[in-house]
Amino acid sequence: MKSDRGDIELAGVCKSFDGVTNVVDGVNLKIADGAYCCFIGPSGCGKTTILRMIAGHEDPTAGEIVIGGQNVVGLAPVQRRTAMMFQSYALFPHLTVRDNIAFALRVRGMSKADRLRAADAMIEKVRLTQFADRLPAQLSGGQQQRVALARAAITEPRVLLLDEPLSALDEQLRVQMRQELRRMQQELGITFIHVTHTQLEAIALADLVVVMEQGRIKQAGAARDVYAHPHDRYVAEFMGGQNVLSGRVEKVNGSTFTLAQAAPDGIEVPLQARSTVSVGDKIDIAVRRDDVALVRPGRELPPGCTTLLPSRVLAIEYQGYFVKVMLDTVPDDAFVAYVPEKTFFADPFTVGDVVMATWATGSALPLA
Amino acid sequence: MSAVLADMSKTDVSKTIAPATKAIAPSKGGRPWTFYVLATLFAFYVIALYGPMFCIYVLSFQDIRGGLVFPMKGTSLHWFVDLFTQVRTGDVKGSFDRSVKLAVIVTVITVVVSFLAGLGFRKRFRGDTVVFYMMIGSLVAPGLVLGLGTGLLFQALGLNASWYTSALGAQLSWTLPFGVLVMFAVMSRFNHVWEEAAYDLGASRWQSIRLVMIPVLAPGLVAVALFGFTLSYDEFARSLQTAGSLNTLPLEIWSMTLNVTSPSLYAFGTVTTIVSFIVIGASLGSIVLIQKKRGSSTKG
Repeated sequence: MKSDRGDIELAGVCKSFDGVTNVVDGVNLKIADGAYCCFIGPSGCGKTTILRMIAGHEDPTAGEIVIGGQNVVGLAPVQRRTAMMFQSYALFPHLTVRDNIAFALRVRGMSKADRLRAADAMIEKVRLTQFADRLPAQLSGGQQQRVALARAAITEPRVLLLDEPLSALDEQLRVQMRQELRRMQQELGITFIHVTHTQLEAIALADLVVVMEQGRIKQAGAARDVYAHPHDRYVAEFMGGQNVLSGRVEKVNGSTFTLAQAAPDGIEVPLQARSTVSVGDKIDIAVRRDDVALVRPGRELPPGCTTLLPSRVLAIEYQGYFVKVMLDTVPDDAFVAYVPEKTFFADPFTVGDVVMATWATGSALPLA
Repeated sequence: MSAVLADMSKTDVSKTIAPATKAIAPSKGGRPWTFYVLATLFAFYVIALYGPMFCIYVLSFQDIRGGLVFPMKGTSLHWFVDLFTQVRTGDVKGSFDRSVKLAVIVTVITVVVSFLAGLGFRKRFRGDTVVFYMMIGSLVAPGLVLGLGTGLLFQALGLNASWYTSALGAQLSWTLPFGVLVMFAVMSRFNHVWEEAAYDLGASRWQSIRLVMIPVLAPGLVAVALFGFTLSYDEFARSLQTAGSLNTLPLEIWSMTLNVTSPSLYAFGTVTTIVSFIVIGASLGSIVLIQKKRGSSTKG
């Protein structure tokens, strides 16, 4: 009896193509049944290789891949009941939309009438009925993606694997198709695993975000956890929205410690349970860009702010609902404040202005 | 600083781009002189390419007084009738028959083997370079020598040389490398993700070849077939020592040039050309048909 559950467990999965370097290096991960999981990382981090191993297009060098309680290593994709949506969709150019979608049923030997009926039902589901007789080349990018999705979904997989599904689309369509993916996932009620290198895509879609670097998982968790509470400098910088500062610990006092920095009195950082900090340690901290307030010298600080970093405005970018202000606060790292549009234009800065960057002490986050 | 830069770029534009425009772009009045030079060159090229053939075609339509050289003497289809009725002109029908049969056999073998070689060479394998260069080797080997060798080999093995054994082998040594090279070009445009997608959707190897690869590659396979057919149909050098006692068409034409001294020789040339054109037309037509079939179902 095959299980219908689409929960996935990766246990010590390694992959090496040349026998020397591991492209995927000891990955352990549990993905719940029916979850939307995004693997994110720069190119070459092994995320696509993991996807292909789950899909059955590559075999792991070591480790186990368990889907619904069954080790699937060595099984064909159909036996695993996984289906893959390829990066450029890989629609068969000589087949119409209907025949593309019916392909999986055709190779199973289903009769022509049955498979076309099933395909038409699926075509309706992805709202392509009027395009059923077209060839892939005659479709827009968004329509092609829907065909690819329908073609994969018709196999009734328990896991759908998507390899950078939105990268071939332009910006507006990407946002639209993103919602469509999420809608399809909820409608089908199956596990989706989605590989991307776009942070916004990952946090907008995923129940579980997996950040990867060089074949290893750096952090896996809910989108909000990964974005707001990055474990380390890599995750903070990769997910964006954070300023990362480093310095030596000057003194530890109760629930906070002080980081020596360009600030006159150092930076006060709340001491979190997980980090044991002693004087002299070199440590990274993260401060969300939208937590940073900019105050002109001599003005009163907002409540709760103890740290004060004198800075000069390097550049200003208008982003619509906020204004991105780039500062020379710290010598080596970029330091950016996202100032709400209305706040900014109440008293606009210009490039070269001297400002004080500050934030509520509690919002600074020590990194591992 | 920026003002200086802007100034510099302005002078640059007027100095360098303006004269360049004068030389390259056609002036409104007429074409540059280079056009006429190149057009003349091209005209000579076309004449050199098609002129000799046209001489043959034109001279084959003379009447009974016709000779082997210009000027034309009357116009009729006399020499075409002569070609198929007179015994002294040689075994035209038999040799034509043999050549077409041989070309069909060669075509089938070339398409099948080239396709399989194309599949094989998708991935690198041990000795792939050696296999490839051996193949190219038989392409560049002098045909007459290769044919001679094939004939000798058959003799040494005690086998009778004939058009469907030794000549077939000799011709394949010529058509296979060609077919494989064309196949490589065709295969390079095949996206291997399609195969992966077919596998993902549960297709067996054979299903993925039958339902995805062959239909996608069909126009390319027709091109390989066309190569195989035409190369075999007018192959001479390799067949000369290997065809045995019964001639293929090119051999028959050649022997006719030695002993037939009438325009029926030219009529023969015209007929074989027409056959070639029919084959080429049918191949191109089928490619167009395949493309049309894909295009038309979409226009609804």
